[in-house]
Order: sequence, then structure tokens, then C-alpha cells
Amino acid sequence: MGNALIVALIDGLLIGSVYGIAAMGLTLIWGVMSVINLAHGAIIALGMFGTYLLFSSLGLNPYVALPLVAGVGLVAGMLIYWTAIHRILNGPTLSALLATFAINMIIIGLGTAQFSTSMYNVNFNLGSVEQPVLMQWSRIIAALVAITLAVGLQFFLHRTRPGKYIRAVSNNRDAADLMGIPSSRVLALSFGLGTMLAAVAGVLIATITPFTILGGTTYQLKSFVIGVMGGLGNPIGALVGGLILGVLESTFSVFMPNTWVPVLEFMLFVLILVVRPSGLFGGER
Amino acid sequence: MKDQPNTTSAGGALALPVPALIANAWRNPGLLLTLGLMVVVGLWPVVTRQEALRETIFTIMLSVALASSLNIMLGYTGYINFGNVVFFGLGGYVGMYLLGTYGASLWVAMLAGGVASGLLALLLGKAILRLRGSYFALATLGVSEVMRTFIGNFSPFGGPTGISLNFRVFAAYGGAKQALWLTYYVLVGLALLVVGVSYLIKISKFGLGLMANREDEDAAEVMGVITPNAKTWAYIASAIVPGMVGALVFFRKTVIEPDPAFDLQSSIETLVTVMLGGRGTVLGPVLGAAGYQGLRGFLMTNPFFQNIQLSVAGVLLLLIVLFIPLGAVGWLRARFLRLRRLLP
Amino acid sequence: MILQARDVSKTFGGLQALSKVSFEVPQGQILGLIGPNGAGKTTLFNCLNGVYPPTEGRVTFRGQDITGKKPYDVARMGMARTHQIVRPLNELTVRENVMVGACYGHERHGLREAARIADEVLEFVGLGERADQLASSLNVAQKKRLEMARALGARPILLLLDEVLAGLNASEVGGMVETVRKIRDQGVTIIMIEHLMHALMNVSDYVIVLDYGRLIASGTPAEVTNDPKVIEAYLGDPKMAESLMEESREESGVRSQESEVGK
Repeated sequence: MGNALIVALIDGLLIGSVYGIAAMGLTLIWGVMSVINLAHGAIIALGMFGTYLLFSSLGLNPYVALPLVAGVGLVAGMLIYWTAIHRILNGPTLSALLATFAINMIIIGLGTAQFSTSMYNVNFNLGSVEQPVLMQWSRIIAALVAITLAVGLQFFLHRTRPGKYIRAVSNNRDAADLMGIPSSRVLALSFGLGTMLAAVAGVLIATITPFTILGGTTYQLKSFVIGVMGGLGNPIGALVGGLILGVLESTFSVFMPNTWVPVLEFMLFVLILVVRPSGLFGGER
Repeated sequence: MKDQPNTTSAGGALALPVPALIANAWRNPGLLLTLGLMVVVGLWPVVTRQEALRETIFTIMLSVALASSLNIMLGYTGYINFGNVVFFGLGGYVGMYLLGTYGASLWVAMLAGGVASGLLALLLGKAILRLRGSYFALATLGVSEVMRTFIGNFSPFGGPTGISLNFRVFAAYGGAKQALWLTYYVLVGLALLVVGVSYLIKISKFGLGLMANREDEDAAEVMGVITPNAKTWAYIASAIVPGMVGALVFFRKTVIEPDPAFDLQSSIETLVTVMLGGRGTVLGPVLGAAGYQGLRGFLMTNPFFQNIQLSVAGVLLLLIVLFIPLGAVGWLRARFLRLRRLLP
Repeated sequence: MILQARDVSKTFGGLQALSKVSFEVPQGQILGLIGPNGAGKTTLFNCLNGVYPPTEGRVTFRGQDITGKKPYDVARMGMARTHQIVRPLNELTVRENVMVGACYGHERHGLREAARIADEVLEFVGLGERADQLASSLNVAQKKRLEMARALGARPILLLLDEVLAGLNASEVGGMVETVRKIRDQGVTIIMIEHLMHALMNVSDYVIVLDYGRLIASGTPAEVTNDPKVIEAYLGDPKMAESLMEESREESGVRSQESEVGK
């Protein structure tokens, strides 16, 4: 039992960091402009399939493809912002939710047409390491990339000018405007960063597990859970939330059949929403 | 005809002098037109005895029933329910369980489905109606997913394989063919009922309180609307018919499984239907249902669009949200004030 | 006494918004509530009508303890209020807005009676012709009147008015002051927050002054305008101080200005 728990803990931490990256994209957008991006899962899926396409047609190493896919994710996000989000930002909540959901439908629709719902795999095996427990290199690298990005994002938000602009706009958009900050462009950048992180999460997921076009939805739901746990607009909070979720999932699996894990996850989600919607770490909301 | 001031405490929120309302309702041409239209469309397959047509109209009427119910929360109360399918699915499961395990009649199954969903709404309401906007939407999503994954593990409800009924269950209703017709009539009846109730709510004091809540919840409270009660009643009202309909629909299919029963996609489609037609109106969900199902039908049969019907629906939704957020009927009512009586 | 507040205090995190505020309002009186910006006047209103509960202290309305009761319970007992920043129910008609007040206020009418009352009240505030328009189509001054009409629709016993004169021009002010008087003449007790000193002093029977969440003075308008503590509080706010000084100069002369404020 003890050994199983240690394995679970480490597995959970590894996968949890990927959850964290996935969630970071969602919570960044949520925290900055109070929009819940329901296309988040679709973008993750784009990241996964983008990696697959680059790998299978160009033989491109996924880790080399990562910056490329990230770039596409960034641009896609800014496009989505300008077409769908910009206009309805000051409107009722429902509009933003439905607008991002519409984007989700568009992407998934095109995706299923192209890839149907079959399982795809990026056959990129780096082998594994035996000590202290059995771990696949791809998972270790994924975790390292995730943590690096989280730290990088935190640095970006607090130490660079664009990052400070983002924090200013998310704090008080009108005041930021008055200070001469181009708030719409900053918001577009924020949205783009959010989708970029989602795309990167997709790449990492593709390296560690097979996937389908609908796989992004699962990660989106987990991102929601992490979002309410980790507070919004808080990258480190998202990462920690991801780690916690990953560990919870894998330790639950030791004690009960896999199929019960989602039930507990969602119950936790609803519970946190009801008890403390501002997250366990408080947040900017 | 003088309305007495209502003095009961809970009644402050739920003040429906029903006979008076119904008498009033018959005078509205728009309502009569809407119901009349539904009756005509509903009778069309009956008169022509066409089974394929009946199934098409069945799907539309189903959408009308679900959309009109959702409209009570979304349109009148202003609360975004992303997980509305949970009532449909729960009603379906409770109904199927009674049908399969106890050999209950369809009527009992439907009643139980409605009651189960109503109870769920009551319990849930206490917990999650305090949340606003997106948080409430997420919570409803969470609840729907909890239900789906839980029932998938719950052996009395068949776990991942669900519940199936033997075809013999149709014998009590005159055989499969007859049963399909019977359930069709029942559904049309339920759809008419929901539309009627939707109208009654809209013109009642209860409805006024809900809409005040929708416009500005805090201001409504300051004016004396007991918002927690009003919202809970609205939530319950939006749950009952989907629960009953769920039992009916899955009875017809003779099988129910967790994923189709609590299909998130379905929740969203109902939402789109309400938005398309016009939320907060009575006619809106009806036209939205017809329009959306018609669009789907067209997309599914057209070779070019077949694969990307979800994308087309997405584009449609985006266009609605960006340019005509009030939906078709809402837009017409805002633009042509004189048509308001005609487009409830 | 229609309303009694005893030692009402309110803290938000580290901020002490109200400190031990106590006062009473007898039936039929118009009580003026003044104070520099940020003194806590709207916070006091919020504690009175239940928007949030006071951290300490007690509020008694019509003999009942209403401390910490929810706004809808307080409204049903007969307290109505307007907001500084108007909150119309946008997608409802003007008449429907007022009907909400009539249906859910302490008289709890049915729809038909509420519609009748609404039309009466709208006539009274001068919005009669706009009864079927959507609330969102009104201009700011009209929305202010709608705000008032909604509160009146409930036929309140106590009416809390939060800066009903703000943003009105000189002639509109006169009209509104007259309206306030007429409301009082119908037996409604009123507490008014106002910055327009002249108007407030003319219409109030009694005035209380808040500064930094504390009650620093209370008395008749004449007493208050001459109170050195009050003037000092407002010296931080020169325009206020000026109008107060003017007020006190006029008071010491003849009390004749009120008829000058035209319609």
C-alpha cells in the first residue's frame, strides 16, 4: 500500500503539472476579463492535433513543435478575441459564455469532420526511468516544461511591462485606459496568452497519452475545477491547484475504481463553488 | 374582477390567482396563435398518418418542451442553466427504473420523473441559487456531470450499461406502434402545457417578480421581492416538465444510458434554441425549436454540411450572440412595438 | 418613533464606515442626512434597509427590531428607498417598474390594483405619459423620477431618499423639493441624503450630520448650519463650506428664500 501511494503521489504530481498548465490558460483569461473561455478544451485539442500533424507529416519532434504550436495558439487566441469577444465584453455574462461556446462548437465541428472521434497517438517514446519509481521520461519532461512555463508566466506578469499592463487592465480597465494603456490590445494579448497555454498543454498531453478530438473537454472540465480551487488570474495558484488535483486523482484511484474518480472530482467542484467561489487561495475575483 | 392582496408569507413570491389569469390569457391573440400553431403542426402527422413525419415533429415538440422550460430560468429569471439536461436525464432514469424494476405504468413513471426532478431542483436551489452569473452556470454544469458520472457507477440504475426495457412493455399500450402514437400525443400535450404555463407565469405577479430579479436582483430585493423563494420556484418549475418528458422519451427508446441521458451537448442545444427564438418570450422557444431542428435536419441531409453541422450551428450561435442577442421574437418585439400583443 | 437607530456601527475589513450612530425619526418628519463625501451616509441607509447588516448596534422600525433583516423583509414592513445611482429595471416598462413596488411592497397588491396605483404614482411624479415605454428609454432625470415612483408605488411608511436632487438643474430641483413635501403631506416619513444644502435645509424638519462615520451634530436646520463642528467638517470640502456659510447668513436674516425656488 505504501509503495502504491508513493507511486500515486509521483504520478499525480507529474500529470498534475500538466493539468496546471491547462488550467493556467483558462484562469488567466477568467481573472483578467471575467470571461470563462468555453473554447478552452477545443484549443487544447488543436494543440494535440497540431502536434500530431507536425509529427506525422514532417517528422517534427514534438518538443521542437511546441514553440510553433504555442505561436499558433497565441495568434488564434487574439483572433478569437477580436472576432467574438471584444464586442460583448461589457454585455451580459451569458453573451460571453455563449460566444466562446460557439467558437468551441465551430472548432470541434471542423475537427470531428477532419479527424472523427478516433484515437490518435504521437508515437514518440523516450523510454522511462526506474528510480525511485517507474516514470516515463515524457511525463517528466512535460512536468518540467509545465513548471518552467508557470514560473515564466509569473515572471512575465510581474516583471515585464506588458505583464504589468495586463495586471493593470484586469484590476481596473477604465483606470488603465486613463493612464494611456491600450486596454483592448492588452486584453487581446491576455486572451492569446490563455489560448497559447491551452495549446501548449495540448502538445504536452499528446506526448504522454493517446487522445481524441473530444479529449480536450475532459481537460477543460478539470481546468474549471482547478480554477475554482486555485483562484483566478493566479498562475502559481493554478499550478498548485493542478498538482493537488493530480495527486487527489491518483490517490483516489488506489482506493477505489477509476470510474468513481470523476464523480468525486465534480462533487468537489460543486462543493467549492458553493462554499467558497473565490477559490481556496482567494484570487483576484 | 378584483385581485385580493396576497398575505401569506411564501405567497408573496408565488401569487398566482390562477383562474383569473387563465381567463385573461384566452384574450391574448398571440397566445392563441402560438398554441393554435402548435396544435396544427402537432396534428399534421396524425391526419396524414405518416410515421417519419411524426418522428420529426416529435423531435421539435420535445425541443419546444425543453426550451420553454429552460426559458423560465433563463428568460424570465435571468439565470444561466448550463446543466439543464440533468432534469431530463434524472427524470428518464427514475422513470425507466420504475418501469423496469416495478413494471409501473408509463403515467406513474412520468409523474415520478417530474417529481424527482422537481425535488432535485428544490434541494439544489437551496445550495446553488445564491451564486450569480457564471458561477451559477458552472455549478449547474458540475451538478450535471456529477449526476452523469455517479449514475454511471450506480448499479441499481444499471451502471455504465444503463437500463433497458423489454419490448413487452409496450403491450400494455396496445403494442409498439400504438405506443409510439400514444407517447407522441402525450408529448404534444406536454409541450402545449409548458407553453401555456410559460405564458401564465409571464403575465402573473410571480413572473413580474422574476423579471425584476432578472433585471436587477438587488433592486428587486429592495422592493420586496423575496428573491431566494422566487428563484427556487422558478427552478422547480423549469425542472418538472423536462423530468416528465425524460421518462417519456426513454420509455420510447426502451433504453437509457448515462452519457446520452446527461449529454451536455443537449443542454447547450436547448440553450441555443431559446436564444435563437428569443429568451423571455413565450413564442421564442417555440419558433427557436422549429428553426433549430429544421436547420439540423437540413444540415444532416445535405452532403456538404453533414460533417460540419456542429460548426454551422456554432457560427449561427455566434452571429445571434453578437448581432441579435434578443433572438428572433425578441428582436421583432423591440423593433415593432405594435406587434407585442401578437408575439407574446 | 417610526425608526430608531442605536449605536449602529459598520466595519468593512479594516475600514470603520460607521461608528455608533444613533438617532430617531418620529412619524411624519423629514430628516435630513448630510455629511462630506465618504462620511458613510449611503452605508447608513444600507444598514437601515437591510442591504447589509450592521456590525454592531440595533435598528428598530415600527416597534420591531429589524437589525440584520433582509431587504425584502424590511420592504414588506413598509420601508422603501431610492438609490444614488439609479437602478431601473431596464427591459420592463415604466409602469411595470412601479408595479413591482406596489406588488411586493408592504401593501402587496395584485396586478390589477398595482397597475392602477402605478398609473396614479406616475402621474404624481410626472411620468404619466411614459408609462408604456421601456425604462431603458428614459433620460437620467426621468430615471430619477422613476426611481422615486417605484419607491412610492409601495406606499411606504418610511421613505429613504438618496440624493434625489443630484444632477438636476435649478428648476427641476424646485419641482422635486415640492414633490418631497407633498409626499410628506400624505403621511410618509422621509429621511433624505442630500448635498444641495439650500434645498435640504429648506425642506427638513431635523438634520443629522455624519463625518467619518460618526454622528457629529444633530438639530434643526438652523442649529446645524451654525454648528462650528459641522462647518469644520465641511471645510475639507470648500464648496460645501461655502454653501453652508451662505445658509447660515440667510438664516440669520429672513427665512424667505424658500418661495424663490421656482418650479
